[in-house]
Amino acid sequence: MKKLFVYLKKYSRECVLAPLFKLFEATLELIVPLVVAAIIDRGIGNGDGGYIIRMGLVLATFAAVGLLFSITAQFFAAKAAIGFSASLRSALLKKIQSLSYSDLDGIGISALITRMTSDVNQVQTGVNLTLRLLLRSPFVVFGAMVMAFTIDTKCALIFAGVIALLCVVVFLIMLTTVPMHRRVQGALDDVTSLARENLNGVRVLRAFLREDDEIEEFKKRSDRLNRLQLSASRLSALMNPLTLIIINAAVILLIHTGSIKVDSGTLTQGEVVALYNLMSQILVELIKMANLIITLTKSLACADRIGVILNTESTVLGGSAVPDSTAPRGKVEFRDVSFKYNGAGANAVEGISFSALPGQTIGIIGGTGSGKTTIMSLIPSFYGATQGEVLIDGINALEFDRNELRKRIGIVPQKAVLFKGTIRSNLLMGNELASEDEMLEALETAQALEIVQNKEKGLDEPIQQGGSNLSGGQKQRLTIARALVKKPEILILDDSSSALDYATDAKLRLAIRNMKNPPTTFIVSQRAQSIRYADTIIVLDDGRMAGIGTHDELIKNCTVYREIFVSQFPNGDELS
Amino acid sequence: MKIQFRSIKLDKNRLNTIGKLLKRLRPYRVSFVLSLVLAVISVVLTLYVPILIGRAVDCIVGAGEVDFVSLSSILIKIALCVGVNALCGWLMSLCCNKITYGMVKDIRTEAFRHVQKLPLSYLDAHPTGETVSRMISDVDQLADGLLMGFTQFFTGILTIIGTLIFMLTINPLITLVVVVITPLSLAVASFIAKRTYTMFKKQSEIRGEQTALIDEIISEQKVVQAFSYENRAEERFNEVNERLKKCSLRAVFFSSLTNPSTRFVNALVYAGVGVAGAFAAISGGLTIGGLSAFLSYANQYTKPFNEISGVVTELQGSLACAARLFELIEAQEQTPDPILPETPPNDDGRMEFRDVCFSYNKSRELIRDFSLTVHPGQRVAIVGPTGCGKTTLINLIMRFYDIDSGEITMDGINTQSMKRSELRIRFGMVLQDTWLKSGTIRENITMGRPDATDEEIMAAAISSHAYNFIRRLTNGFDTVIGESGGSLSLGQKQLLCIARVMLCMPPMLILDEATSSIDTRTEKHVQDAFVKLMRGRTTFIVAHRLSTIREADVILVMRDGRIIEKGRHDELIRKGGFYKELYESQFAH
Repeated sequence: MKKLFVYLKKYSRECVLAPLFKLFEATLELIVPLVVAAIIDRGIGNGDGGYIIRMGLVLATFAAVGLLFSITAQFFAAKAAIGFSASLRSALLKKIQSLSYSDLDGIGISALITRMTSDVNQVQTGVNLTLRLLLRSPFVVFGAMVMAFTIDTKCALIFAGVIALLCVVVFLIMLTTVPMHRRVQGALDDVTSLARENLNGVRVLRAFLREDDEIEEFKKRSDRLNRLQLSASRLSALMNPLTLIIINAAVILLIHTGSIKVDSGTLTQGEVVALYNLMSQILVELIKMANLIITLTKSLACADRIGVILNTESTVLGGSAVPDSTAPRGKVEFRDVSFKYNGAGANAVEGISFSALPGQTIGIIGGTGSGKTTIMSLIPSFYGATQGEVLIDGINALEFDRNELRKRIGIVPQKAVLFKGTIRSNLLMGNELASEDEMLEALETAQALEIVQNKEKGLDEPIQQGGSNLSGGQKQRLTIARALVKKPEILILDDSSSALDYATDAKLRLAIRNMKNPPTTFIVSQRAQSIRYADTIIVLDDGRMAGIGTHDELIKNCTVYREIFVSQFPNGDELS
Repeated sequence: MKIQFRSIKLDKNRLNTIGKLLKRLRPYRVSFVLSLVLAVISVVLTLYVPILIGRAVDCIVGAGEVDFVSLSSILIKIALCVGVNALCGWLMSLCCNKITYGMVKDIRTEAFRHVQKLPLSYLDAHPTGETVSRMISDVDQLADGLLMGFTQFFTGILTIIGTLIFMLTINPLITLVVVVITPLSLAVASFIAKRTYTMFKKQSEIRGEQTALIDEIISEQKVVQAFSYENRAEERFNEVNERLKKCSLRAVFFSSLTNPSTRFVNALVYAGVGVAGAFAAISGGLTIGGLSAFLSYANQYTKPFNEISGVVTELQGSLACAARLFELIEAQEQTPDPILPETPPNDDGRMEFRDVCFSYNKSRELIRDFSLTVHPGQRVAIVGPTGCGKTTLINLIMRFYDIDSGEITMDGINTQSMKRSELRIRFGMVLQDTWLKSGTIRENITMGRPDATDEEIMAAAISSHAYNFIRRLTNGFDTVIGESGGSLSLGQKQLLCIARVMLCMPPMLILDEATSSIDTRTEKHVQDAFVKLMRGRTTFIVAHRLSTIREADVILVMRDGRIIEKGRHDELIRKGGFYKELYESQFAH
């Protein structure tokens, strides 16, 4: 929560002014009953028509001035709330972008999106209402009491008693219902997730004849939701009748006490009416406040969740080291590296050692979940090795300057992701300063030139969100070009030719090899063909290295490699 | 004329919707009538109290002029009124809650039950998110808006009428003051609402743009970081954010003017009543207590008006929700199972397709006059380029979709004259889309046979090679996996789907690219297991791997949704058609 106030600080002037003007308005409203009392006692009592008209004009003026005050207050409140949420969103994005891959894995993408969108909106509403109402309602309640004291001390004590009693009642009901509402929300989430899951898995569920069980389960969850809703609302429903009783009991007491005082001449009839009106104002404000508190508890819950993100210590990896210019460029060395994902039971990879010289091609092959992608994500230090060392150009990846390191590495992820914009804007992601020629060169190497040539607008062809207007193969080749535009020293192709046919795949590999300054290239693949001609092939099995060497060496002395190869070339005619 | 006609037609639709809602209200009719009666009592009492208080005030005119006897009887009356009123209010909200939450539950269950019977053509055509939001949020809004709205509307109208009557009985002239000024408040409110509508529309446009951007940046955060794109992403975001800020400020500010404006009008009414009442009091047409009652009416009178204008928009929204919901609930169900279903005499797994025609869309013919006999234990491979409609055939075999003409028989029985459940239980299916239920690994494996023993589960897990990774999970078989498999890799999920089928040992199999995301080596192990499983079982397999295709008894070659060739590998190669072309481009190196 505290974390969030920082973003409100910029608007501290608005945060003071908005409630202040609200208080001005409320003050006027509190004086109204006194004016009415004066009309009754002096105007009607003395039959003074002029006085009544003057007081009527005073009331009208109050209304107009009150309108001005409250418009001013609304403006400042809106300005503060909107400004606050805008800077909160910016800050949140900055924070999220600074999180490491482990952090992102831990929090979850959909949660982050919810924080950025609906949670921030809810907090915005909360701030806006708080500035407008939170101070106003207690102010009116206590102000009414103060006004009552100016009229009559003994009657004012009734006010004090009522307010105390109301506070207790409201507080007790809130205290018991808030956790109940949370449980209701949880039960509703259960119902929703079952419905979603049922629709997503409809083919499987029907194939396994699970419809009736699903209905049964849905009914069970709906019943539970219904029960929780009813018991929560049973308590909330007490709030209004109880306040009604308390306030009216106070009114009765007030009139009774007032009547004795009037009889003895210490109070006038108009003053009794004024006291009654003040009490009515308290009732109105209480109803508003109860609604406000419901909105506020929601906002607070959202604010808490945002606070958790902002408070996440981003485990940023990387130091400030940069190799001097004479160091070899593109050398990668793993020294007995192990890595365990946060919260995982076992190491994902273990005891990995190899070294890649500048310009070499390294092939990595192995089964599902054998740790291929994990090893690749240790090179740009997306994750930090839990044991051992990853050295890039002789410097530990964890001490390497993060930006400098990533500038040197071109990555083509498994899933071909393009961003909304144009082909050009996507290519420029890697290197903002790339020239048109450099882009075309990268496209040519990536076998993607024809994609651009076939488009009416060439490089400026628009790309829809997620690249949905391109085929899988086209997207994949463009992501390869994007990585090449960086002119990387190290190129990581993480199973990124899966959507390409064999011929294109081969052409691509050849083109990379024939580049002017060929990068150290890591090819992760499930196709034996793709890595067959690599300088070194690393065979992974269940997170460990099952073999390392050239194709010919591995065929001879690595069973796992041989098995993979045979499974893909069953004829055996390729075996030599 | 035309416009009028249209609005009448629209109203008819709405009336129709309301009628359907009333039907579902029937189980709660006692509570409903009770809540209406309670509302009437509560409104009358609420309005009567200010009059009583006014009378009480009239008893205390000045020093020595207090009528204690009448006063105490009035005070007792007030206490009684308030007590009864509070009780009515409480009972009324209990009734309303019972109706609201009960109806929500009923309608939701009805919708869910109906969804289980909807044909897949409906579910495929409607995005999941949309159907879920109909079942969950639309139902919520419907109940909230409609019932809460209705009670508010009802009490609001009653309050207005009641107030008018009470005011008229006290003083008609001052009543006129109130009645004349009040519409002003309504006018102001609707003026503001109209002006802010465009601002809100603009706001939601920009907000939509921003959400799309957030979606992109955050969903692909890993790529963003890999390309050091953070700063530029931030720039793009801040530009939209700044625009949203400007536009939101305007929308929020203007919309927040409604309350101050109506309060202003209200205050004017109050002043008017005060002055007019005071003059009436001087001339003896009104007592002080009467004035006091009037003032509190003046305070309350505009409130129901504001509420009603809010409620009307809410009611309209709720009716729109209801209409959407009924569209779902009343969507055509799949053809019911036959009344006297036939059961195949044995489980040989012989399937026959005779002159089958099918298309998703009547304007685009897909499968025409397709005939094929699959003998028990045969393996049918379906091949073709991506997106050629290989899953269509599976849809037809499992009767997720029904064929347009022709027939599909299983061991001589037309599948349409069988119960769907009888048909489906004979198949084990592993789909391309590896769907898992949230729950434990065990629950997922036993989906087809909830009564399986631990030994059987273990055996299925081992022979599908899923046990390799299950073993490494902290809680083994009892590890809870989130919605759609959550933390598992695609390959692991697929292994679980295979284990799920292995446990059931059905007579026939449908494998849709079952091994597409398992690497070739693991696939080899899985294939071994499948060979075991397929022995003696008729299998339909959407295949990408050469070895599977070569060993198939029949290969169906599909293109653009149509089956264009069928035969064995060698025959098709010899024929030199599309299969040969496909084979050479995909598998030859």
